[in-house]
Formats: sequence, structure tokens, C-alpha cells
Amino acid sequence: MTVVTNNKWIGQRTIRPDGMDKVTGRAQFAADTNMPGMIWGKVLRSPHAHARIKSINTAKAEALPGVKAVVTARDIVDFPIEKGAVMLGIQDMRWMCRNVMAREKALFPGHPIAAVAATSEAIAAEACKLIEVDYEVLPFVIEIEDAIKSDAPILHEFNTFEGKPSNIAGRLEHKKGDLAEGFKKADVVIERSFTTRPVHQGYIEPHACLISVAPDGKTTIWSSSQGQFMVRAMTAHLTGIPQSDIRAIPAEIGGGFGGKTIVYLEPLATLLAKKSGRPVKMVMTREEVMRATGPTSGSKSTVKIGATKDGKIVAAHGTFYLQAGALPGSPIRGAVGCSFTPYDIPNLLSEGYDVCSNRSKVAAYRAPGAPIGAYAVECVLDEVAEALKMDPLDFRLKNAAKEGTKAAHGPTFPRIGYIETVEAAKASDHYKAPLGKLQGRGVASGFWFNAGGESSAQVNITEDGNVVVTTGHPDIGGSRAGIANICAELLGIDYRRVSVIIGDTQTIGFSNLTGGSRVLFASSIVVTQSAEKIIHTLRERAAKIWEIDPEAVKWEDGAAHPVSPNAGQFPPLTLKDLAEKAPAMGGPIGAGVQLNTQGADGGFGTHICDVEVDVDLGIARVTRYTAVQDVGRAIHPGYVEGQLQGGVAQGIGWALNEEYIYTKEGKVDNPGFLDYRMPVCSDLPMIDCIMVEVPNPKHPQGVKGVGEVPLVPVMAAVANAIYNALGKRFYALPMSPPKVLEVIDAPETRQAAE
Amino acid sequence: MAKVHVSTTINGEPSEFLCEPNDTMLDALRGPLGLTGSKEGCASGDCGACSITVDDNLICSCLMLAVESEGHELRTIEGMAQGEKLHPLQQKFLEMAALQCGICTSGMLVASDALLKRNPKPSEEEVRFWLAGNLCRCTGYDKIVRAVMDTAAEMRAQ
Repeated sequence: MTVVTNNKWIGQRTIRPDGMDKVTGRAQFAADTNMPGMIWGKVLRSPHAHARIKSINTAKAEALPGVKAVVTARDIVDFPIEKGAVMLGIQDMRWMCRNVMAREKALFPGHPIAAVAATSEAIAAEACKLIEVDYEVLPFVIEIEDAIKSDAPILHEFNTFEGKPSNIAGRLEHKKGDLAEGFKKADVVIERSFTTRPVHQGYIEPHACLISVAPDGKTTIWSSSQGQFMVRAMTAHLTGIPQSDIRAIPAEIGGGFGGKTIVYLEPLATLLAKKSGRPVKMVMTREEVMRATGPTSGSKSTVKIGATKDGKIVAAHGTFYLQAGALPGSPIRGAVGCSFTPYDIPNLLSEGYDVCSNRSKVAAYRAPGAPIGAYAVECVLDEVAEALKMDPLDFRLKNAAKEGTKAAHGPTFPRIGYIETVEAAKASDHYKAPLGKLQGRGVASGFWFNAGGESSAQVNITEDGNVVVTTGHPDIGGSRAGIANICAELLGIDYRRVSVIIGDTQTIGFSNLTGGSRVLFASSIVVTQSAEKIIHTLRERAAKIWEIDPEAVKWEDGAAHPVSPNAGQFPPLTLKDLAEKAPAMGGPIGAGVQLNTQGADGGFGTHICDVEVDVDLGIARVTRYTAVQDVGRAIHPGYVEGQLQGGVAQGIGWALNEEYIYTKEGKVDNPGFLDYRMPVCSDLPMIDCIMVEVPNPKHPQGVKGVGEVPLVPVMAAVANAIYNALGKRFYALPMSPPKVLEVIDAPETRQAAE
Repeated sequence: MAKVHVSTTINGEPSEFLCEPNDTMLDALRGPLGLTGSKEGCASGDCGACSITVDDNLICSCLMLAVESEGHELRTIEGMAQGEKLHPLQQKFLEMAALQCGICTSGMLVASDALLKRNPKPSEEEVRFWLAGNLCRCTGYDKIVRAVMDTAAEMRAQ
């Protein structure tokens, strides 16, 4: 496939199709819509971290005036544990049905127990208090080290590990070569253990939905998610309504970062709407979002790396324990599969454990698992480079994966751009800039798999000769802008003549989740193929009008032109001309393509971070940051940079401040934006981006996913910078002021300073 | 509880609405007034997605009671453009890709407008501290800060 590089619209910073609605307040997010006769739903949540549910009595709640329906786990389709996994993508419906509503046991504080619909939010909330639940309170466990002890309280008695009931729900490993032999060859071996805390995706829009179920079962779901088809399928599974009866309409999504790839409210609101005969709206509070929706895992890792004195890594071993939360499914695949992947390491063992504990079930968060693993690996690499007295970027270059390197998770790399990212970082002004007192610089790299998968598109030419493109992926970071650029490029028209919309489940073919950095990769393949079909039709139409062979017609600059032997014989027929003539020339012009797209290439990034540490307050402040990434092809550079900058900001939060804090009762103690401290504008510097473009040869425009890689290296880059500033290494996140002060105030640090 | 009748001015238009005594201004805007451009991200004044101005003072509308708007002059995102003509900040946000998901955008624009009315020549640090009450999780703030500073420079030149 030849990648076209001399473009008019691809690579331009065009105005995003949804921009005008968003700057004027018109855009309709999940909580912005109402329906006639609408009532409100609320969820009763478990106050306990772990409790058997002996009985639930909803009679008093149902008797409260204004209450129209109450649902409990009895109303939700059960997926019995013993019947085995029922997979929907990466989600097992046995866990999903127990996550949306506690069944046998409440597994974390905030776990839904029942839901009520009433004529006002206040009445629904009041009714929740009238529901009587008889709990048998059980011992609970939150932290990994406690959950893997032999005498730990067990969340799921049916789960065994090495023959015994256990909270370890799964193990994954990738290996290569001979680890013991590899370490024997090493001159320097460094082994360190790390911990990270659970952190939330932190989208500003809480989960919300509005659902109507007509008496014939026809269901309309208006909600914000990272996949209307996921919403439809999960709701169908959990309510028994066939998918053909559920129209899931994607509202504008106010941030997701992976956290909106599963449902929480939709099945409950559907059942409440069905029971009450009224449309039901449900909107989570921020506290509910923080307590009951998926953050990513807290972790405990050990990484050992051995290198020869000339700087070649000969062996590496990583062990990553990740909290799954209440039900199995932590992102060990990302930690195990991505952490060592930027490097060509002959002897490697990367292993991960999925550990259940009594906190909310994790959901995907930007390159799920990869940042956790990379934090540990990239910090150890910094120490190895230091021990070898090598520049950390030179050390990475010496060991960089390249075309032909076999990654431990399977693939042998095609042409990849990792080395280019390290070289660009090394050549940057930032890397050469001088540092002052108490300032430090750190670097780190990262990898994410990226993904293809199912996508559908329909491209239609309007009667007045413009274009409407419909795809099936919620636009979370500017994908509509990218699609408009590509479609305009292919059809040779101004991008403002291309309208890009996201179809609902009943108007566009199946399209998998917005996730895995797959949307622009996959949707531009189906849009390109649709546009190519349309161009074929347009050439045929012009040929028919001119009474010449279609092969003697070319499409260029938005018009059909006759070519040899008829070149110059007829004036060009524009898209507008052909659209006008369409009724008489064969009918409407449009094309749709549905594919399981293949050929996604992984993404690599290398980051440089400067910090300055206030030794009196313990505040580490990021003063300069550069993210370098192989982005394949930047279809809309503004939104590619936006992905890099946004990922870096989330990583800085993860590194320096964000963490779930638990009370001794096992409840989240900081379920709001005041105490769960995400970066605000005054915390951050400008975030510089260097986009390296090594086009993906298997994609018509050279696209590689870009959204997830930029979170992967950040925590290690910040940690390495703090070490460089203070001469002290931190092995736990977040490096928040009290923890930094603890290290600064330690007697040995004071002595060293004096 | 009987509803309360409130008379106020919103985006220059005299407006009346009924609300519960404990409704927030944000509840009233998004409910009876149908102005859903102001968003609820936290209901605790931490995220700024509900930013509006009351008599030119920037506030979080989730922290104000709806009944307190009686007799005051409110401005929301819906009043920022003049007919078909966008405010220069809105235009610049579009041109400079200073928005991604858009949930914080209304609040960011209202807050930035309030800043430029007070300080037509803010430094980067002043922009960053003024917008510190408006959370954005998508952009890392870089393009927002640049858009505000560029708009300020353009408005000064006019």
C-alpha cells in the first residue's frame, strides 16, 4: 500500500466538526436531555466493604408516594458462575452482572444493592433509605499484600489458585530465552520493588443515561459511553431484551479514558423504565463515580534487570501484581506485555497476577496496565544506566527494539519508530538545557499495543453534492476531525463540505469500542474504502453521461475528468453536477463498508521531564516536559498533540498526587475533586510535543494509534527527574508532598545534604 | 414545599422561573431554564464546569442557590456569541484545538472571558492561576492557555 504524503487536508489543523456545538454550549452530553413523562432513578449502595446479602425488603420503599419502580439483582439476568465464562469483548458477563448489582455478596462500599425510580430525585433518594437489607458483614481486604496472604478473607470462594481458594484470579506470563543463563552474563544486576496506588480516569462528566422502554419492549437508550454497541449488547444480556429492540444513541461523551467501556447505570435504568412504564433518567454524583466506577489498579511490582558493562541488557524479570477490585479482570496484559517491549532483551520473564480485593472493579484506563509496568521497568533502567555511567537515552538506544526484534508477547516487529523517538529526544533543545539547583531531569520510554477490530462506515453524497459520513465510534479525542480531513482529501473537496456524525446502534453497522487507540486507525480504513467505492460510482456516472469508458475517467480535485483518449473533450463534472444528475443516472450515491480491520502497529514514545523540588514543602513541580512519539501519521496534528499533552497531564497527576485513600472501614476517603487531587492549570507547564512520523505501511493513510502511549512513560520520567534533583529514589507513587518530605527529612538525607 | 418564583436577567434577557428553595442555580439553569451548556461535574465547586458570571463576578453556579439570582444579571455560555458571531475566545478555542471532549469547555470559556474583562494582558502564570478552578482532563491545559493568551493579544490589537 502506498501512503500518500502530498496532501491538501490530511495534516491540516482544521476546525473539528463538533467544535461549534461545544464552544456554544449546544453539544448534548448524557445528562443534557429530557423526555416527556421522565422520572428519576437512584441507586442504593452497600455501606460495607464485604457482606453477604441475606435478604432485601423493598416494601416500604415501594409504598412511598412518588415511587414508580424498584429493582434488585433478582430483576437482572444471572450468569451463573459454574456455567463458565460468557465473554463480551474482554468482559465476562458473570462479573458484569454482579458488578452492576450485587448478587450473593456486596463486594465493596458503593456496590449497588437496589435501584429506585420516582417522580423526583429527592423521592428516589428517600426511597433508597427505606429499603431494608439484612447483611452478614464479612472481613474485608483492600491492599494486594493483604489479599495474597494465605489467611486473607476470600472474596470468591469458587476461585482457586495453586489448588487453594485464593484472591488471585489469574496469572499471565511472557517469556523468552533462559533467564538464569542471562543473568549469569550480567556485570550489573539491579532489582527493585515498587508500589502504585489506584487512580481514577477522572473524566469530568459523571456517568448518566436516559432510557425509555415502550410497552412493546422497544428501548431507547441515550447515554455517554465509549461504545453504543457495548451499551446495547451489555444491556441486552443483562435485561433479556433482544438487541434488535434496543436503540443505543451515543451522547457526546465528556471524557472516558477507558472508564466508559463498561456499563453501570444502563441496565438498571432500562429495568426501572420497563417496570414503571416511564422514561428514567439516572445521573451519578461525583462521589458515586469515585466510589463505584472503575479506577485502574493499585500495584506491587518487582523488576530485576541485568546488563553487561558495555551497556547491553542480557536479562530481565518483571513480576506485576495488579488489583482487580471486587471482580476478576485487572489489566495484567498491559503490564506484562508492554513494559519491556521497547527493548531487545534476549532473556526475559514478564509475569502478572490478577488480584481481587474489596474495592470497586477496575475499568480500563489509557493503555491499561502498561503505565504501571513501565513505571517499574523504566525506573530500574535509570539505575542500571547510572551504574554503567551511561547516558540514559544512549542506554535505551543501545538496547532499542527495531525491525526484526521479536517481542516477548509474540510479534516480530515490522518497521517501528522507537529509535527515532529516542534520537529525537536526544537531539531536542530540552535535553541539552542547563538545570539549576534542586532541579532534575528524567527520561523514560513506553509502548502500547494499539488495535484494529470491527468498524463500520457509511458515506453518502447529499442531493446538493456534499458529503455525510457516519461511523460507529463515539468521538473522544477528535476522531471526527481526522475523518473529515481524510474524506475531504480522498474526494478532493473542501473539508467543510464533509459532515461527520456518529450513528446509533440501529443506523450504522457494528463498531467496536472507542478504546485501544483504535478509532482513527480502524474507522479511516472503512471510510477510505467507502470513499473509493463512491469515486468508482462517480467515474461510472460521468462515463455514462459522456458515453465513454469508465476507465477513461479520473477523479481529481472533486470532479470527474476525461483522460486519454478523451482528455479535454468534456468539461469536468463536479460532485455537485453528478449529485444533481444522480436520480436519472442510477439513483442515490453512497457506499458503506464493514470490516474487522487488521494491521495495527504498536506505538512508542520517549519523554523528558524536568522537575524542581521545594524542599521545605515537599512539592515536586514539573517545570518542563517534552513528549516524543512515533504517531505514524498525524492526520490532524492539533488533536494528536492534544492526545500527547492530555496523557502527560494524567501521568503527572498519577506520579505526584492522585491516589485512592481508604478509611479503616475500607471506604474511599477522598471521593471528590478537592481531595482526589488531579492536576489543575497552575500545576503544569506547557507540554511540548515532538511528533515522529513513521507511517504504518498497512494503513491507507499510515495511521497508528496515538492516544494511549503518552501516559505510559510519564510516572517513570517524573520519578527519574526527582531522583536527579534530590539524589533520592522513590519506589512508591504518588510522590506527593508528605511522602517527598518524609524522604527529605530522613536523617540520612539531611546528613548527605550537610 | 412550595416552589419559589424568581425574576432575574440571563444573558441580557429578563427571565422568570420557579424553583425549590434548595435548588442550586445550576439546577435552575439546566432544569426550568433549559440552559444545559453549564455542566455538573462535581456539585462541590471543584471542577468549574458550571462557571457563570453574576453581575460580572465569576462563580460556580453549583454553589449558588437559584433563589439568590433574584434581581441579578447572569451570563452563561449560551450568551457568549452574539448571534452568528462567535466571541473571539470561542473562535480561538476552535482554531487552536483547545477542546477535546468539550465537557469543561463552557466553563473554561466563561472563566477566560471573565479574566480578559479584568485583565486584558494576562501573563501565562496569571492565566494558569485564574483557570486553576476549571478542571480539564483531556488537554493538559496547554492549548487552552495558549488560546486565551492569543485571544488577549488579538483583542488588544483591535
